[in-house]
Amino acid sequence: MSRAASLPVIYSAQSVIGMSDFSEELKGPVTDDEQVETSVLSGAGMHFPWLQTYIETVAIGGKRKKDFAQTTSACLSFIQEALLKHQWQQAAEYMHSYFQTLEDSDSYKRQAAPEIIWKLGSEILFYHPKSNVETFNTFADRMKNIGIMNYLKISLQHALYLLHHGMLEDAKRKLSEAETWRHGEKTSSREILINLIQAYKGLLQYYTWSKKKRELSKLDKDDYAYSAVAQDVFNHSWKTSVNISALIKIPGVWDPFVKSYVEMLEFYGDRDGAQEVLTNYAYDEKFPSNPNAHIYLYNFLKRQKAPRSKLISVLKILYQIVPSHKLMLEFHTLLRKSEKEEHHKLGLEVLFGVLDFAGCTKNITAWKYLAKYVKKTLMGNHLVWVQEEWKSRKNWWPSFHFSYFWAKSDWKEDTALACEKAFVAGLLLGKESSWRSKNRPQTIMADSFFLAWMAICMYSLGTGDRLEIPLACLEMLRTSKLDGGWAPVPLE
Amino acid sequence: MRGFAAAQAHGILSPGLAFPAGGLLPPLPEAALATRVTGPGGGNCRGAAMDLEEAEEFKERCTQCEAVSWGLTDEGKYYCTSCHNVTERSKEVINSDIIPNAQIKALNRGLKRKNNSEKGWDWYVCEGFQHILYQQAEALKNLGVGPELKNDVLHNFWKRYLQKSKQAYCKNPVYTTGRKPTVLEDNLSHSDWASEPELPSDVNSPFLESGMESQSDVHTRKSLRISKALQSETSVCSGSLDGVEYSQRKEKGLVKMTVPQTLAFCYLSLLWQREAITLSDLLRFVEEDHIPYINAFQHFPEQMKLYGRDRGIFGTESWPNYDDIYKKTIEVATFLDLPRFPDITEDCYLHPNILCMKYLMEVNLPDEMHSLTCHVVKMTGMGEADFLTFDPIAKVAKTVKYDVQAVAVIVVVLKLLFLLDDNLEWSLSNLAEKHNEKNKKDKPWFNFRKWYQIMKKAFDEKKQNWEEARAKYLWKSEKPLYYSYVDKPVAYKKREMVVNLQKQFSTLVDSTPTAGKKSPSSFQFNWTEEDTERTCFHGHSLQGVLKEKGQSLLTKNSLYWLSTQKFCRCYCTHVTTYEESNYSLSYQFILNLFSFLLRIKASLLHEEVSLVEKELFKKKYSVTKKKSKSKKRRR
Repeated sequence: MSRAASLPVIYSAQSVIGMSDFSEELKGPVTDDEQVETSVLSGAGMHFPWLQTYIETVAIGGKRKKDFAQTTSACLSFIQEALLKHQWQQAAEYMHSYFQTLEDSDSYKRQAAPEIIWKLGSEILFYHPKSNVETFNTFADRMKNIGIMNYLKISLQHALYLLHHGMLEDAKRKLSEAETWRHGEKTSSREILINLIQAYKGLLQYYTWSKKKRELSKLDKDDYAYSAVAQDVFNHSWKTSVNISALIKIPGVWDPFVKSYVEMLEFYGDRDGAQEVLTNYAYDEKFPSNPNAHIYLYNFLKRQKAPRSKLISVLKILYQIVPSHKLMLEFHTLLRKSEKEEHHKLGLEVLFGVLDFAGCTKNITAWKYLAKYVKKTLMGNHLVWVQEEWKSRKNWWPSFHFSYFWAKSDWKEDTALACEKAFVAGLLLGKESSWRSKNRPQTIMADSFFLAWMAICMYSLGTGDRLEIPLACLEMLRTSKLDGGWAPVPLE
Repeated sequence: MRGFAAAQAHGILSPGLAFPAGGLLPPLPEAALATRVTGPGGGNCRGAAMDLEEAEEFKERCTQCEAVSWGLTDEGKYYCTSCHNVTERSKEVINSDIIPNAQIKALNRGLKRKNNSEKGWDWYVCEGFQHILYQQAEALKNLGVGPELKNDVLHNFWKRYLQKSKQAYCKNPVYTTGRKPTVLEDNLSHSDWASEPELPSDVNSPFLESGMESQSDVHTRKSLRISKALQSETSVCSGSLDGVEYSQRKEKGLVKMTVPQTLAFCYLSLLWQREAITLSDLLRFVEEDHIPYINAFQHFPEQMKLYGRDRGIFGTESWPNYDDIYKKTIEVATFLDLPRFPDITEDCYLHPNILCMKYLMEVNLPDEMHSLTCHVVKMTGMGEADFLTFDPIAKVAKTVKYDVQAVAVIVVVLKLLFLLDDNLEWSLSNLAEKHNEKNKKDKPWFNFRKWYQIMKKAFDEKKQNWEEARAKYLWKSEKPLYYSYVDKPVAYKKREMVVNLQKQFSTLVDSTPTAGKKSPSSFQFNWTEEDTERTCFHGHSLQGVLKEKGQSLLTKNSLYWLSTQKFCRCYCTHVTTYEESNYSLSYQFILNLFSFLLRIKASLLHEEVSLVEKELFKKKYSVTKKKSKSKKRRR
């Protein structure tokens, strides 16, 4: 499925920026080697305690680690464990001891400490029952000044925390503070952070703007307040666009920013501008591959009533990134309606592709489309297309979709779905010869394998419902010859 | 008695340095160890060449010793370099005829003085260690060790160390031996030391009588003072005067003081006094903060500043390690050329029979096992005073790891009784269980399985607590150590921030106060008959695992396996290796349990078990290398 629009942007921002350098007061900027070191310690999202110890013993040639290092790393594991189990109290207790890593005599670790402490500490303070906004503010302000290289990042996360608690004004103030903060050299990573901070400020302004917009829509045009509000709306949009536009030019994943920016551009009728932003966001190769970028573009083009071919070309890329996306069914419809034969073929591929994913197995529309389209393809004498698709799936689809278990549960939960699936199963599992009987759909319908699967469905319902089984079906089942061409579905 | 005689016979020691055994020497004034000794002109006394030159103009005789040999203190007063008497006369007054110059000089000195007070006292690395030793001795006294340990034994060991390492009590203290002639010569020609009169070996010097300080300590300071001049020329920094030199000092055969070494001194004194504290106890007390060790420097007087090189000398970020301290103890004892220690006899705590009893109680094993451990001790000859007594001047200086050895004996006895092959111990347990069910009134038979279950639980809990406590240990001192004066504000700022953060988070912690510092105890487990949940096995009988044969008792189990079949004969330090997975689970458990108690590695205990077995099955080892299949023992 697609990435949620409310993607945690701060993390994606980090992934783009990389680990920013940490340095201490009175210490020069760290070398590249040190950066590698710190990212080993804190950059990876996963934690392998055994690997960590292994790496450390290797690094110092098997020499015994100092007990300080041993106990603090044990302390870190205890904190992580406590966080995992939501034992905030215990985590705070261990945290109390973990602060001493700020004074670690190992300079690598000392430099990495503020960030680790900030991450763990803010997590604890976010959930701890005794914590409150003031506690968090104090903590954030302290941490900002420990490793000054973290100042901007912490400010930003601090603002997000305040946002989470609905303190919009405070958040805005924090962002403004961070924006004007100047200390030491300007580095490129800091540049991006400042852009991000500005963009967040822009996002907050967008929020105010959209509130105003809603107000505006409620007002009568002749209302005396209308022009004042309208003016206000305009001002906001101008400020916001300045704040956001800088950021979204830098490669990265900026979904919420792009979305709100485009919304404002559209509101003021700057369609070309909006399209340019979206096209750039989706197609610029420097940007990381991002399905949402294509989705936004597609939705925009759809709103603009763009020609089908254009829509198809956008969705084609999305299909390559996320073949299971729900827009794929729309894509299929577009392809089906297209005049080109290659599009028709692609339409079949897309449907099969959607159903390859476990999350889509119960999507009745997909099954309905597939049932219809396979039949249509067969009748359109494109047996090869179906064969091509089926070839790679015949090993696993039967147990994936058409197992006894699914028959049973589908029939119970959604009879319509079961019927669609049964139909497809009949077509796909049946003898290939029957595919050719294009003019006699009844024959296809009556194919013994379809019936076999239906019967499984029926039986699974128990004795009470057995009467509902069409007698004709049973008759057909009895007389049909189960020849070797049919690989039996594994029955539990 | 014996030690004293031996020391005398050796003829190395001056009478004042004789080793007390039974309080032969009057205890030295506490002040000698307690406080940092400040001589006249004390910490501010600077032996810089300039001051001495200036002092030459002053020709009066000293009122105390009649010598004409003056130095200038920082206050600009004259002090006698031979007896350290400070006059009331000051430089400025004398030189009043050349006023402008004097003023400039006074100004200079004024600045210097201010700088100096900011930098604290002049002090030497060995003084720092002396202070730590003092604290440790005090802590040991508070733990119930006799006061002689501090006043006589440890102090004398320390003095002997200073002498042996040529830092004091000798004709040519290390810093005047011309190790660095180019620098030294220059200073020496003007300094007091060239004409330094030899110290009278007479103990009854006026200083000792005054009770303010011991003669020896003055000497220590004086002999080292010269390096101050060096210090001012080199820019590498340290708070102590000789920190830089000290860390560079490398001589063959010299045992340099380190923080772990202080524990070696403590242990040597404990051993000398035959106190009821084993090495593992000592180290555990250190870990539990009953004995100053980590950050011991933070209790130095305010004026003793530490930074730069001192950080490497006095900063510790590890707890002491058993093997390491053990080796250091031997090293120090050999270096000090100590005579044979007082005998460890059967009434000493360190004797295996007593230690075995203690550990049997500790791990909740039946008292009856004690007679078996005694038997093993007797058979192996490990109870002999000659075996147990530490003799550093013997051909191969080696001492016994009393605690490890006692525990190893218990492990051997457990192996004799239960074989510990993951099989026999359980079938014997079944027998005991059946018997106990039938005869509820009798003294119960010892049930290994039940014991295992209870011990496993208690051990796991203890270990968990221990690990948690370790993870929460606060290593950093209130006095941060920094590299140089430039770093000082940063270090202090960091410290302050850490303290603030800790304060903030401590409000989030449960308000119930955590149990305060554990009071020190030689026991880590307590087993009482009253506790119903945790069965106490002390009174259980071994009848189930022994059988009578005529007059004697035999173990039902007639098999035995050796922990090590082949000892390592190469020149490596270990005699055997311990690959956990090669051994039965019960054996692993028992090793883990005991090694946790002693805070040592299981492999160390395994080694000791093998050594005990080597003595016990000497014949088997010499006759055949095949695994000893049967072993019957009389009781």
